[in-house]
Amino acid sequence: MLKPLRWLPEIPDWRAQLRALARRDGDIWPDAVRLANARMDFLATNALDETVRRRCGAAPPATGTKPIRLAILGASTLAHLHAGIRVAGLRRNIPVTTYENDYGQYWQELLDARSALHAFAPDAVLFAFDARHLTQGLSAATDAAGANEALAETLDRIRRCWRMAREAFGAFILQQTVLDVFPTLLGNNEHRLPGSRSAFVARLNAALRDAAEEDGVDLVALDEAARREGIGTWHDPALWHRSKQEVTPAQSPAYGELVARLIAARQGRSYKCLVLDLDNTLWGGVVGDDGWEGIVLGQGTPLGEGFVAVQEYARELARRGVILAVSSKNDAANALEPFDKHPDMLLRRGDIASFRADWNDKAANIRAIADELNIGLDALVFLDDNPFERHLVRSELPMVAVPEVPDDPALVPQLLADAGYFESVGITQDDRERGAQYQENRAREQLRAASTDLETYLRGLEMRMLWRRFDPVGRQRIVQLINKTNQFNLTTRRHGDEDVARMMEDPDTIGLQIRLLDRFGDNGIIAIVIGRRAAPHDLTLDTWLMSCRVLGRQVEAATLNLVAAQAQAMGAKRLIGEYLPTQKNGMVRDHYEKLGFATVLRDENGRSLAMLDLSTFSPIPTFIDVTEG
Amino acid sequence: MNALNGHADIYAALTEIFNDVFMRDDMQLTPTLSARDVPGWDSFKQIEIMVSVEERFGIKLTTKEIDSLQNVGDLVAVIAGKT
Repeated sequence: MLKPLRWLPEIPDWRAQLRALARRDGDIWPDAVRLANARMDFLATNALDETVRRRCGAAPPATGTKPIRLAILGASTLAHLHAGIRVAGLRRNIPVTTYENDYGQYWQELLDARSALHAFAPDAVLFAFDARHLTQGLSAATDAAGANEALAETLDRIRRCWRMAREAFGAFILQQTVLDVFPTLLGNNEHRLPGSRSAFVARLNAALRDAAEEDGVDLVALDEAARREGIGTWHDPALWHRSKQEVTPAQSPAYGELVARLIAARQGRSYKCLVLDLDNTLWGGVVGDDGWEGIVLGQGTPLGEGFVAVQEYARELARRGVILAVSSKNDAANALEPFDKHPDMLLRRGDIASFRADWNDKAANIRAIADELNIGLDALVFLDDNPFERHLVRSELPMVAVPEVPDDPALVPQLLADAGYFESVGITQDDRERGAQYQENRAREQLRAASTDLETYLRGLEMRMLWRRFDPVGRQRIVQLINKTNQFNLTTRRHGDEDVARMMEDPDTIGLQIRLLDRFGDNGIIAIVIGRRAAPHDLTLDTWLMSCRVLGRQVEAATLNLVAAQAQAMGAKRLIGEYLPTQKNGMVRDHYEKLGFATVLRDENGRSLAMLDLSTFSPIPTFIDVTEG
Repeated sequence: MNALNGHADIYAALTEIFNDVFMRDDMQLTPTLSARDVPGWDSFKQIEIMVSVEERFGIKLTTKEIDSLQNVGDLVAVIAGKT
């Protein structure tokens, strides 16, 4: 059996560190996050959870991320799964508070507005129905019509739960797929017995996927996990009879991972970029010593094929939106040779958005990659076969994910998949085009270098700003930007998926998603502004954020022109801008003042309010053509 | 050694498990120790102990075996019979 969380490193004196943490004064959250990023069994998970709850109490600590209130609803015992979920949240720096319905009472609690569930007011609801509950009444004696009816009824009941939870709480919904815990009755062709519970579970899981698609529900694919790892890993019939635990407590850390990944993905906080080492990670051998002809790669040797498999998986990830980068201790010329010359290289120079081959230490290199790509260090996963480099990066840059790497490259793709770093709840057009975007950036840099002055450069870019109100198509990217942008972010308010959905409905809120195109291509959605009508003639800017990769291109001014026009169309006479300082957003301290707002207030904490009188405002000239679309 | 009937290694492993389950550092396991003697030793903790024992020793405890356990000594005897 595979130990849960095998991609995480072991911390040798973990237990002693936890004991020390429990006794220490002050804010223990950051160290608890560090301990959560170690391989641990369910007892260690429980102990860490207990320590954090004792010390941090009921109120979630200030982490710069959106805390989550998760209700777990079901008809069997689920109490043993809370710690796994909370610790998996902790691992991602997300405080999670959990609630569970009284035993068997999920339906009543959903219906009753005075129930403890309603008082808990969840942001997210996880339906964790056990297989026996969902197949009640079914037996081998049931005929095809009866089984079809049962399927329709069961599905309908589940969807009513989703609707009730969404309407009552505006929560986002997670649905656990059903574990097939039943012994077969026919055998290989079990599907021919309509009343087979096992066959029914398979049909129900397929139907749940379609229903979840229609209703915008995310699945916790327990059935898939059990398919890969074996039902015996997840379920013990003796434990079911003893305690009505469908998932064994030993799997609580793995279960928590599946849930917390989805929460992180819904906050736009999944990892974005895979940083690859070269020698003995992407190919066998050392290119500096063996030469590009001498590396082990390609068909013909089992090891060479294993490395091809790693490259293929990386390339597939890139095609669905994960950014690839390289960090290698090599002379750049040597490191590039296989990319340019080796016939079995699947990854090409153009697939790598940032390429660092030099003799700097890898932590410095990884910082440079994050800077170049304008993404946070907490969006990077670093894959390196060398334990020394892994250890160095873990200690210097604890926010970078550094998986343990199996000795055999053949096992690397599954390890990366199991670790779930790049969990995604769907794929956007921006994701598909991301690789191309980074190549376009290089072309922009060349234009900038060739331009003698700023005006020539800006004119030469032929920029077009396309804006739209918030809409379902852009929603995922909007949530991602709101939850991941740290630097150019005036208020750092972390709105979740359902918050954004509500804004679309609210006539007193304008949400603007802004895309920037130029002659080199589409930069994607690069700015978000949310305005709320606070007083009849005031539009308060709840959120203004921008991707740093379009700094210095007059996007701020063009955005203000747009916001002012939208505000005037709403009948507003003033724009109110707010700045809430964080450790990371010092660069926008004077953003509103630079755009001509008057400072109204600046308090001792650095928070400020600024105002723009729209009656005297005239649009700022820019080289950007602004259109709706 | 006599009190442990020659099963010192099993007692050592169990002590670690019990310390982890009850989040303590001072568990003293004796053959006669039972759920009545340890605060918080409820049915859920009992399951955690059983699951940990199964993983640690690579064995499977039957429902009958678990139900017949009266104290730590019984548990040690069951483990000793399977390892």
